[in-house]
Amino acid sequence: MHTIGFDISHTLAGLLVLVSFMMLYQVRLLALVNVLALHAFVLALAVAWQAVIQEAPQLFITALIALTCKAALIPWALRKLVTRLGLHREVETVGGTGATMIAGIALVALSLQVVLPATLRADPVAREDIALALSVVLIGLLVMTTRRNAVSQVAGFMALEDGINLAATGARGMPLVVEISVAFSVLVAFIVIGIFLFRIRERFDTVDVGGLDRFRGGRS
Amino acid sequence: MIFGVAAAMLATSVLSAAVLAVTPSARTGAWVNVGGCGAVLGIASTLPWVAPGGGPYLFLDSLNVVFLLLNCFVAFTSSIYSACYIRHELAEGRLNQANVRFYHAMFQLMLFAMNLALLANNIGLMWVALELATLTTIMIVGLYRTAAALEAAWKYFILGSVGIALALFGTILVYLAARPSMGDDLDAMVWTKLLAAAPGFDPALLNIAFVFLLVGYGTKVGLVPLHAWLPDAHAEGPTPISAVLSGLMLNVALYALLRFKVLVAANAQAIPPGPLMIGLGLLSVLFASFMLYRRRDVKRLFAYSSIEHMGIAVFAFGMAGSLGNFAGLLQMAMHSLTKSAIFFLVGLATQVKGSQWIADIGGLTESHPALGWGLVAGVLAITGLPPFGVFTSEFLLVTVTMQRQPMLAVVLVLGLLLALAALLRHVRGLAFGPATGSLAPVSRIAMVPAFLHLALVATAGIWLPPGVVTWLQNAARLLG
Repeated sequence: MHTIGFDISHTLAGLLVLVSFMMLYQVRLLALVNVLALHAFVLALAVAWQAVIQEAPQLFITALIALTCKAALIPWALRKLVTRLGLHREVETVGGTGATMIAGIALVALSLQVVLPATLRADPVAREDIALALSVVLIGLLVMTTRRNAVSQVAGFMALEDGINLAATGARGMPLVVEISVAFSVLVAFIVIGIFLFRIRERFDTVDVGGLDRFRGGRS
Repeated sequence: MIFGVAAAMLATSVLSAAVLAVTPSARTGAWVNVGGCGAVLGIASTLPWVAPGGGPYLFLDSLNVVFLLLNCFVAFTSSIYSACYIRHELAEGRLNQANVRFYHAMFQLMLFAMNLALLANNIGLMWVALELATLTTIMIVGLYRTAAALEAAWKYFILGSVGIALALFGTILVYLAARPSMGDDLDAMVWTKLLAAAPGFDPALLNIAFVFLLVGYGTKVGLVPLHAWLPDAHAEGPTPISAVLSGLMLNVALYALLRFKVLVAANAQAIPPGPLMIGLGLLSVLFASFMLYRRRDVKRLFAYSSIEHMGIAVFAFGMAGSLGNFAGLLQMAMHSLTKSAIFFLVGLATQVKGSQWIADIGGLTESHPALGWGLVAGVLAITGLPPFGVFTSEFLLVTVTMQRQPMLAVVLVLGLLLALAALLRHVRGLAFGPATGSLAPVSRIAMVPAFLHLALVATAGIWLPPGVVTWLQNAARLLG
C-alpha cells in the first residue's frame, strides 16, 4: 500500500499545510501575497500529482487553472492593488503571531482527530489528504478572522479554497471536479474584481471590525 | 417532458438576461424583466402536470415543484414591483441607466441560478447554482455604491463565500462517504441515487459532511450565529432585492440543506440531523426576536424577522414527521409571500418619506391609507395572528411540538410572543400617530403585488384548498 505515489501525494499535501502556516506569520501585505502565490503553486503540484496517480487527465486542467490564475494572475492583481493603493504598511492582526500559530497547530490536530477516525473505510490516499485539506481550510479561516484588511481576507479565503480544491481532487474519481474548480475560480476572481471596483482607499480602512461596529451603531 | 420544461425555464431566464444586458433603456429593460419573469412563471405553472422524474443532472419531484412555483411566482411579482421602484430611483437620480441595466441582467441571472439549484439532481450542480445565485445577489446588494452598501456587499461576499466553500467541503465528504458503495461514477453525486444507497454509507463520514453542510448552507439560510450578513444585505440593497432575498434566496438555501438532511436521515447509524436543526432553529428564533426590539432601520427590522421565520422553518423540519414537515413547508411558503409583500410596502414608504429610519416614518395610515393599512395587515400576518396563513403553520407547529417535546414548545412560543410584541410596538409608530414627512402619492401599480400576496396569505389562513394540502402532504412525505 505504501507506494512512492502515496508518499509523494502526502508530502505535497503536508507542504500545503506548511505554507498555510507561513501565511500566519506574515506581517506585510506584499509578503502575504507572495506566500499566497507559493500556496497556489504547491496546490498545482499536488493536483498534478493526483492526476498522475489517479490516471485522471482532466485533473491537469484543475492544476493548470491553479497555476495560471491563482499562482500568477490573482497575486499579480493583488500586488498591483497593494502598491497602487499604498498599502505597504503592516497588516493589522488580532492577537499576536505566537497565539495565532498555536491556534493553527490546534486546528491541525483537530482536523486529524476528526477526519482520521471517521474515514476508516475510505480510500487511504484520500483519507489523509482530506485530513490535511481540512487543516488548510481551517487555517484559511483563521487567517480571515485574524486579519482586518480586505486584501488579507481575500488571501485567507484563497487559502481556504486551495484546501477545498485539494480535498476535491483527492477524492478519487469525483465527477465534475473540473467544473466545480472552474466555478470556484470564478468566485475568487469576482472577489478580486470586487476589491478593484470598491477600490476607494478608505474602504480598506473600514473593512475591519472597528469599522463594522461603527456602521452598525449608526444604522441599526 | 421534464427536460423540455426545465430547459425552457432556464433558457428563458438566460435569454432575458442577455437581452437585458444589451438594452440601453432602463424603462424598456424593466418591462423586459417583467416579461421574462412572467414567461418563466408561465412555463413553471405547467410543472404540477409534468410527470416526476429526471436524469443525472435535473429532476422533478413533489418537493421541488412546490419551491419552483413559489420561486417563480414571487420573482414575477417582485419584477412588477421592481419596475415601479426603479422608475422612482431613476427619477430621484439615485441610480443611472447603466446601474439599472446591470441590475436587470443580474435579476434574471439570479432567477436562473435559483431555479437551477431547485431543479438540480446532482449535488455538485446544486452547489454551482447556489454559488451563482450568491454572486448575483451580492452584485445587486452593492448596487448603490454608497459606503454602507459596499460594506454590506463585502460582508455578504466574505460570509457568503465562506459558507459556500464549507458547503462544498461537505459535498465532497458526501461523495467520499458514497464512493465505497457506489464506485467512482457520476451516480455518486446524483441525489436520487444517493438516497437509494444512503443506508449503506459510512455513517461517521456522513456526520462530518452534514456538519459542514449545515454550517455552509446554514450561513445562506441566515441561521444564528451565521446570520451577520443578512440584516446588512437587506437594509442596503435595493428593496426589490430585499424582498427576493427574504422570500426566495433563503428558501433555496434551506431547500439545499433539506435535501442533505433527507440523505443523512436515511442512514440509520448516522447522527439524526433533527436535533441539530431544532437547536439552531430555536436559537435563531430567540435571538432574532430579541434583536427586533431595538431596531431603528425599518428594512433591518424586517430582516431580523426573516431570521426568526427561517428559524421557525428549520425548527419545523428538525421536528420532522409528516405534520412537522407540512408545517415547515407551509411556513416557508407563507413567509415568502408575506415578507415580500411587507418589503414591497416598506420600500414604497421609504421612497416617499426619503428615509429608512423608523423614527422618520410615521402615521402611514393617515398620509397613505392603502399603504399604511397594507403594512398593518402584513405585520399582523407575519407575527402569526389569525386569520392569516402564518397563523395556521405556526399553530400546527406548536401543536406538534407540544405533543412531542412540551419544553421546546414553551421556548418556541416564548420566541413567537417576543417577536409579536416587538413588531406590534414598531408598527404602531409606523402606521399610526401623526403623519411625518412627505405626503406625495405612491404608485398604485406598485402596491398591487403586495395586496395580491396578502390576499393569498389571508385565503390560505381561512381556507387551504384541498389540492394544495395534498400537494404539500406529498412534499412533506418526501422529507421523511
